[in-house]
Amino acid sequence: MKQPRLLREEVILRVVSKALVPLILLFALYVQFHGDFGPGGGFQAGVIFAAGMILYGLIFGLANLQRVWPPRRVELGIGLGVMLYAGVGVATMVRGGRFLAYGALDPHHPVHGQHLGILLVELGVGITVASTLIAIFYALGRVPPEPRG
Amino acid sequence: MPFPVDAILFVFLLTMAVVIARRQELFSAAMLTGLFSLLSAGLFTLMDALDVAFTEAAVGAGFSTILLLGALTRTTGLEYQQRRPRTRPLMIVFSTGAALIYGTLDMPHFGDPAAAIHHHVTPDYLARTPVEIDVPNVVTAVLASYRGYDTLGETMVIFVGGVGVLLVLTGRWRWRRRVR
Repeated sequence: MKQPRLLREEVILRVVSKALVPLILLFALYVQFHGDFGPGGGFQAGVIFAAGMILYGLIFGLANLQRVWPPRRVELGIGLGVMLYAGVGVATMVRGGRFLAYGALDPHHPVHGQHLGILLVELGVGITVASTLIAIFYALGRVPPEPRG
Repeated sequence: MPFPVDAILFVFLLTMAVVIARRQELFSAAMLTGLFSLLSAGLFTLMDALDVAFTEAAVGAGFSTILLLGALTRTTGLEYQQRRPRTRPLMIVFSTGAALIYGTLDMPHFGDPAAAIHHHVTPDYLARTPVEIDVPNVVTAVLASYRGYDTLGETMVIFVGGVGVLLVLTGRWRWRRRVR
């Protein structure tokens, strides 16, 4: 029987994924920060970003991916995104507006406040979605825990 | 008449569904679900729902396939064999499908300008967005600003779902041990 080879030893997979991963990440950032103009937003961007990182992890190994995104930091990111989103709401309330009424972020130009609010809120969604997917990928890559008696 | 790409995609989709259902090796079934999602992403693109297509391609074709493969490493590679075909589940599936198709008969046609959804709050959003929010993508304005509460709730759902899945997968029940 043929000896199973690691995915990173497959030349085609390695070369193609090495070329694709930066483009996928760039596209994710484009969808994230260009969501006001084109299709997409935080959710789509987070998913695409996570897909790019997971492709990297599949080909080059979990250890290499975890050097870029330590598991602890990814788990913190899950909560951080939600906190950023809710934090924008708190900030609008502190500025004297209603919860998540972004106009209060810039009292002189409510439209600019809306732009800033949407940008931050979408960033929060993106961080939570990407972190959740990467964290689940890490959890799957782990050896299943022994059943406890 | 334009080239009926969507009809061809639907035929592929249907074939794929039948093949997946008849497959006994779970590995190839998992890979085929990825292809199924890619075909759906193509259909969403044809319907001009590009954001949904992104999500379907990345989550359905990419991430779900990896999830299924990851789950496969913790179970066996073959489907549980039924001795004889069972008619009652088949009848339930067919009647549910028939009810769903019957439900679509009342729905307005795709892209029908007279559909109710285009006459409720949509004209209001379309009129107010350039003045109040000034972003070209009205969908973003509705999701992030007008319906900001809903999107916060959705993000919370992802947060809670993610934490729940992680707890189940990694078995971190430290708090429980401390209580004992």
